[in-house]
Amino acid sequence: MGSYVPSTLKQREEMLREAGFSSMEDLYRDIPDELKRKEPLDLPDGKSELETDRILRSLAMENKEYLSVFRGAGAYRHYIPAIVQSVVNKEEFVTAYTPYQAEISQGVLQSIFEYQTMICELTGMDVSNASVYDGAVAAAEAVSMCRTPKKKKVYISAGVHPDTLKVVRTYCWAAQDEVVVLPLKDGKTDLSGVDGEGASCLILQQPNYFGIIEDAKAAGECAHAAGLTYVLSMDPFAMCLLPSPAEYGADIAIGEGQPLGMPLSFGGPYLGFMAATSKMMRKLPGRIVGETTDADGNKAYVLTLQAREQHIRREKASSNICSNEALCAMTASVYLAAMGPEGMREAARQCYSKSHYLAQEFERIGLKRAYDADFFQEFVTVCDDPEAMLAKLDAKGILGGQPVEGGILWCATEANTKEEIDALVKEVSA
Amino acid sequence: MKTLFDRSVPGRHCSILPACDVEVRTPAETRSSALHLPELSETDISRHYTELAKQTFGVNDGFYPLGSCTMKYNPKINERAASLSGFTNIHPTQDHVQGSLKLLHTAEKYLCEITGMDAMTFQPAAGAHGELTGLMLIKRYHELSGHPERTKIIVPDSAHGTNPASSAMCGFTVVNIPSAPDGCVDLERLKEACGEDTAGLMLTNPNTLGIFDRNIQQITEIVHAAGGLCYYDGANLNPVMGIVRPGDMGFDCIHLNLHKSFSTPHGGGGPGSGPVGCKKFLEAYLPGDRITEKDGVYSIEQRSEESIGAVRSFHGNFLVIVKAFAYLTALGKQGVPEAAQNAVLNANYLKHKLEDTYELANKGICMHEFVLTLEGLKKEIGVSAMDVAKALQDYGIHPPTMYFPLNVHEALMVEPTETESKEMLDHVAEIFLDVWKKAHEDPEYLHGAPHHSPIKRPDEVKAARHPVLRVPLHD
Repeated sequence: MGSYVPSTLKQREEMLREAGFSSMEDLYRDIPDELKRKEPLDLPDGKSELETDRILRSLAMENKEYLSVFRGAGAYRHYIPAIVQSVVNKEEFVTAYTPYQAEISQGVLQSIFEYQTMICELTGMDVSNASVYDGAVAAAEAVSMCRTPKKKKVYISAGVHPDTLKVVRTYCWAAQDEVVVLPLKDGKTDLSGVDGEGASCLILQQPNYFGIIEDAKAAGECAHAAGLTYVLSMDPFAMCLLPSPAEYGADIAIGEGQPLGMPLSFGGPYLGFMAATSKMMRKLPGRIVGETTDADGNKAYVLTLQAREQHIRREKASSNICSNEALCAMTASVYLAAMGPEGMREAARQCYSKSHYLAQEFERIGLKRAYDADFFQEFVTVCDDPEAMLAKLDAKGILGGQPVEGGILWCATEANTKEEIDALVKEVSA
Repeated sequence: MKTLFDRSVPGRHCSILPACDVEVRTPAETRSSALHLPELSETDISRHYTELAKQTFGVNDGFYPLGSCTMKYNPKINERAASLSGFTNIHPTQDHVQGSLKLLHTAEKYLCEITGMDAMTFQPAAGAHGELTGLMLIKRYHELSGHPERTKIIVPDSAHGTNPASSAMCGFTVVNIPSAPDGCVDLERLKEACGEDTAGLMLTNPNTLGIFDRNIQQITEIVHAAGGLCYYDGANLNPVMGIVRPGDMGFDCIHLNLHKSFSTPHGGGGPGSGPVGCKKFLEAYLPGDRITEKDGVYSIEQRSEESIGAVRSFHGNFLVIVKAFAYLTALGKQGVPEAAQNAVLNANYLKHKLEDTYELANKGICMHEFVLTLEGLKKEIGVSAMDVAKALQDYGIHPPTMYFPLNVHEALMVEPTETESKEMLDHVAEIFLDVWKKAHEDPEYLHGAPHHSPIKRPDEVKAARHPVLRVPLHD
């Protein structure tokens, strides 16, 4: 059986005796007997490392890996440079706890500080936190930043990721906020129903779930005219090509950071990023790293603005979050460092160009797009029987787009070659 | 040391992408502001992070007795399993994922067996996230049973700060009750606090002083008799897994920290995983999808309308669950209680080694951790818990948790975990005794500690008063 207890049985006996116990069971003499389990756990026998390895490998082999992927829908396949895994697999980073002891945690603190800087640069915002669980939770936490006793209504576009909408609804139900969903019109958010009375914020996603580039600037103006905080969820690649959240007028910029160097991983771990104007700095949830000096006057990094946090404020905290996605934040930093500004712009251009090439080729063979509006890296084609179409592609080792109401949501990124796209189009038309 | 931005040289770059092989197009409206990301070579990046790693202390670097955080060793087989492409290359909405579903379904079964629960969701991504989710189940229960007036959550003052914070996020009012001196629940205070507006109780058992509350059955009975539900904070499950089960103590729902008891690493603050388990009568309210099995075939089923919805996208931090599953597979029915017992043994052994010198916050047997109070030392010679913690850094070990729980003055909370050997504990005991000696010989030396770390004590007040939260850039 497997065990990670290093002390030998003989040593354990010595320790028991020295600490005044007669047996392992004796350690639990304070626990009422009737509570103790009489039966062994109903788990299989423990396994050696070799057997454990074999079990896990066989499970992994029961999943199907696709070489050719044309699905995004909230989880995007981008090329991940080799340096990314090499850095984030360093044991010091993997096995450290939250950097409470700053003197021996400068490395992880500095990495978060650099992450915050890069998120500020991407979004154009003033301050970033050290991450939250994912993009959907970032939206729900953004709502909490805007809530006041008199502002208990939230406007959210129907074009956000369906899981984002679900999570926001769940958090708002718990906090007794009303959620008003703004419908889509020709693929874009219809803002005509926005009314500031008693409302706190407006949440828009750019590009939206269906890939459409929203009129995000107009949405910001609409929100501000109604006295609402403008929360913009944006794809990190889109930010490098389209106007940044700050240019769109966002007060809070959030999003799913998975595209920044994290593999698809059946949904996680991912990364929720959150950045805001300096006015909203003290409302940000979670960890934030700041620069200061040490007792000798040298530069030092610490967790800061902790007066917002649960261990100080308890029920009055801005959020309950403590563990976040620090290693994923580091992943994003290393990814962004490897890509550099030109690499990010180039990747974004390729996402845009390749998805448009795919759309053009689909059009050539007679597939109709569901919406005319321009898109970033995803678009919907009308399809009567998405399941049949996807099954046909699956048989050829291609993961087709996401089935959505009335069609299929396709995605192409820099990771898809022209050859792959041509092969897909050929299969679709076959 | 230099930041990534300090190392940036205009025009420098890694060669990652090929040229675009289709016609290049640009959208009508484009970004006008500059994009200041660092411009670096792969050598620059590699050396930068190697230097940062040298200034980071992980479990691999040494003894890490951070109380309440269960910093046990993170087995490498778990990491390798989670890096298999059959897990990492899988899209969250694709078909043909029998391996992932089987893993999640089996992990749910194992963890329900360990905790005495009937069903579980893996959506919550951390302990606090799990707390919020569990409280939402309680809220839903009262709402659907026609008791929306049950809006109060009872939280003992020894609880983690996340308990009251999660309650408030869930729209509950927090009723704090003072604990007995040993951190256990004061039954009289609990009875007084319970009433028709009670939604539930949140409790950590063993508590934050490392004591198993032997009145636990009475406690959950009192809350149930008042119509409330009982929530088990699983932060301290490690010493009792395979020994006693929260479900048998009378708890209705729980969260686990897979990054504590189940050996997955903390990653410098995440990703973790905080699955929530519950009894049958709460199952319908769980968030996310349900994974079912029939004749060896696994499927994803949507939950009913009664579900609270979702607390995260997709299936939670899947790769973290892979690691915990590998751990449970290796340990099995014998290894899980063995880990628990040795966690308790190690804590009691180290406590025994220190108790003649240091003052304990509580006498008697501890579970996975014990709490020292340095109040006496502070009064006597002015050396605080902070001074001792910082001095420990100079010996190459991570300090214990400081100033928690809040009901102990000058607290140091020590949790050695089961993955430390007798030699290490003996060595650590000597270090603690040496620090005690130094404190009496030269208190000034301790006030100035650490002396050998990359930096001296940072000015936290300055950091909060004049926040510098990013690298300043100059155009």
